[in-house]
Amino acid sequence: MRIGIDVGGTNTDAVLVEGVRVLASLKKRTSMDVTSGIRDALQSLRKGCPFVDSDIDGVMIGTTHFINALVEAQRLAPTAALRIGLPATVALPPFVGWPARLVDAVSARSYLVRGGHEFNGNHIAPLDLDAVRSAAEDMARNGIRSVAITSVFSPVNAEFEESAAVAVADVLGGGTPVSLSHRIGRIGLLERENATIINASLREIAVVIVDGLRTILADLGLTCPLYLSRNDGTLMEVEEVRQYPVATFASGPTNSMRGAALLSGVETGAVVDVGGTTSDVGILRSGFPRESLTAVDVVGIRTNFRMPDIVSIGIGGGSRIRVEEGRCIVGPDSVRYRLTEDALVFGGTTLTATDIAVAAGSASVGDVTAVAHLDPEMVSDCMAEIARRTAVLVDSVRTSGEPLAVVAVGGGSIILPEHLDGIGRVVRPQNYAVANAVGAAIAQVSGEIDRIFLTSDETRDKVLDEARQEAVDRTVAAGASPNSVKIVELEEVPVPYLPGNATRVHVKAVGDLQRPCEPVA
Amino acid sequence: MSWKLDDSHIDDLVRGAALLGTGGGGDPHVGALLVRVAIREYGAVTVLDVDDLDDLDLVIPTAQMGAPTVGAEKLPAGTEAVAAFLKLETHLDSKARATMPIECGGLNSMIPLQVAARLGVPVVDGDGMGRAFPELQMETFSIYGVSGSPLALAGENGETVIINTGEDNVRMERFARAITVQLGGVAHIANYAMTGADVKRTALPGTLATCIRIGLTIRQARDSNSDPIVALAKVLTTTIHGCLRVLQRGKVVDVQRNTDGGFVHGSARITSADGNDELVVHFRNENITAVVNGRLVAVVPDLICVLEADTAEPITTESLRYGQRVTVVGIGTPPSMRTAEALEVFGPAAFGLELDFTPVEELNEEELPTAASRE
Repeated sequence: MRIGIDVGGTNTDAVLVEGVRVLASLKKRTSMDVTSGIRDALQSLRKGCPFVDSDIDGVMIGTTHFINALVEAQRLAPTAALRIGLPATVALPPFVGWPARLVDAVSARSYLVRGGHEFNGNHIAPLDLDAVRSAAEDMARNGIRSVAITSVFSPVNAEFEESAAVAVADVLGGGTPVSLSHRIGRIGLLERENATIINASLREIAVVIVDGLRTILADLGLTCPLYLSRNDGTLMEVEEVRQYPVATFASGPTNSMRGAALLSGVETGAVVDVGGTTSDVGILRSGFPRESLTAVDVVGIRTNFRMPDIVSIGIGGGSRIRVEEGRCIVGPDSVRYRLTEDALVFGGTTLTATDIAVAAGSASVGDVTAVAHLDPEMVSDCMAEIARRTAVLVDSVRTSGEPLAVVAVGGGSIILPEHLDGIGRVVRPQNYAVANAVGAAIAQVSGEIDRIFLTSDETRDKVLDEARQEAVDRTVAAGASPNSVKIVELEEVPVPYLPGNATRVHVKAVGDLQRPCEPVA
Repeated sequence: MSWKLDDSHIDDLVRGAALLGTGGGGDPHVGALLVRVAIREYGAVTVLDVDDLDDLDLVIPTAQMGAPTVGAEKLPAGTEAVAAFLKLETHLDSKARATMPIECGGLNSMIPLQVAARLGVPVVDGDGMGRAFPELQMETFSIYGVSGSPLALAGENGETVIINTGEDNVRMERFARAITVQLGGVAHIANYAMTGADVKRTALPGTLATCIRIGLTIRQARDSNSDPIVALAKVLTTTIHGCLRVLQRGKVVDVQRNTDGGFVHGSARITSADGNDELVVHFRNENITAVVNGRLVAVVPDLICVLEADTAEPITTESLRYGQRVTVVGIGTPPSMRTAEALEVFGPAAFGLELDFTPVEELNEEELPTAASRE
């Protein structure tokens, strides 16, 4: 059995699953202190369905701990950015474009040294190790406690980041955390460097959080491994979380989509995750969210994390409903977490989307008599408006005109109809309200590469085979049982304005977690 | 009349340049950061109108060439375009009065501004295409007798190369491209050095200001919840581009992409809301033709721009994808880009199309400026 917990902005959801069967589930308001909220969730889960230590293979947690630390700019480590790329790149030094508040919060210092690679693997310049050492000495004098190292084209060749890390450790001692960009981001120097700096600034708090979560498990007598959800919906062992906390930033939407895939059996389709205030729509391919190719701003910092490609609208179960000039207006404002107090069906005085769904007979929550007075025509207009806007949104993320399976999850998904015009049938699986926690519980592990290759028609197949193999190897290294690994994404994007058929290749593989007691194949 | 370009113009300039990039030209984000940093350090840039130049002034345009994808990873030292500019000055043994863009669409609207800020020289408001094109000979300068050679090319190590292919600007392009690959896929160049008289005779005037006005118009329309396309059409009638025609409002239903020899080519299909009309855009780095129900409605060198339907945000060929709600517009090019000698260099045949050029305003009736349904 596994336990999945997903900490969201409003609710913390938890499930106990065996295989794909949900044995117990619960939903709680997220507490100010996220860690103690997780403790409460685990305790309540055990109360509802008593389990003992030996029953549990793993606890999987998707959490907002780290993004919150960045948003609040609290407890960030004094961080140095070391960039390897001179003589190139100096026009835009590290921290360019950062909000001043965050530059201060990480006590930023930056260093540029000679080195780096070209897209084809040639050196821009040899790595200047003496400059790396003097940078490290300056870091030591200035109280730097975490280091982010970024070398130009390190996704093509990581040798300089690795060598610089050794040199920095020589000077600062092995205890100072060092974050390497090729392990964190992809091509696009500033974005990858930003992500690496953010990661470095979270390294100290990562230790505190991981230890806190471990203590909770120990207090509850649980000795199983602890995993955190990654942005891409796969798992990180806690040791890895200490090194790459930034990879946990956006696990919420991904966990919902993964959970939707599992609960519904739909591998390719759209997922509509309806919360209290908004609906998120994303596309599943091979059971995983399609990822965004464009830059993502995190707290005002441009990054290129692989985040799910999600579009949102301000329609949720708590959306306020107004009728103006005979037209039904849904949201974008919402009663948020006060739904169970403010909505008509819960004895409140605010007309919400949930009330409309109850009046229309598509949901049965609360007191149906409280909405009996609503004009049936208005109710059906509002349902049609919700369906129409959701359909437009789903249509905007389709990749073809083929019929599309739609899976509805999230507590608010009771407001959706059984059919979306021009799209198809809407499936709302059992346990839809806790799909995100299920997504966390059943997650796999992954490995990926993102690199520019020079291909010709003769070498293309060989290059792609190599890329596939490397992604598989990385997945196994991340803890997957080798027989379970499969490729879930393979993208070739030609690099424009560059002769010689340079192609950017992205491959991602996933596999089932190898159980601790399982013999190594 | 000269004017000052400062940080407050950059966002509008970026959006306008992306629109005139007509699907290509590279993401101006890195370029915009470079200009911001340069302006913060060295101060605002003086922009000269073409008419502010004396006939004997020397103007040396600057640009980046190569792959924007590489440029976003191997960021510039910031000195490359300056080095190319200074190298060409030294080579010509003459001081330039100003720099100028060769390409106002996309990233290359920004490079001369960075040079201007760093060197404290003005930038001339004009360029040689009023849009983006993939090759260095595709310039009004070239067509009307200005030689692209000598061309100075610089890398981040301070290395410079002078290429001189005489009058042959196609050969200049090939040589420069080969060296760009050796420099890692991106290089900065200075070429088409010319007199003030030649600028007045061959350049498309006012195109930087046009970029800024396009960006400003889109921003203001968004802020006031009015249709940005209608506002854009109105603004463009006051520029050398002259006219804007709405070719189709609809949804992207298919995108195909291929690569060959450094070009991304392919097509996108866009159907109207009622499903009755289908527009196909063909692109080769930039958009080159638009065809509605089998009938040509716009062709290079006129501009074909795919804009996000609600916001009029320009969409590049790389980021086109199924499901986007878009408005496809055709924008005219000035008369000097529609002459027989101009069309020989960047007309349909130069992109391998067996088509005659017909101006977008002849292919399409003017849409009355009533805000059409935006969904």
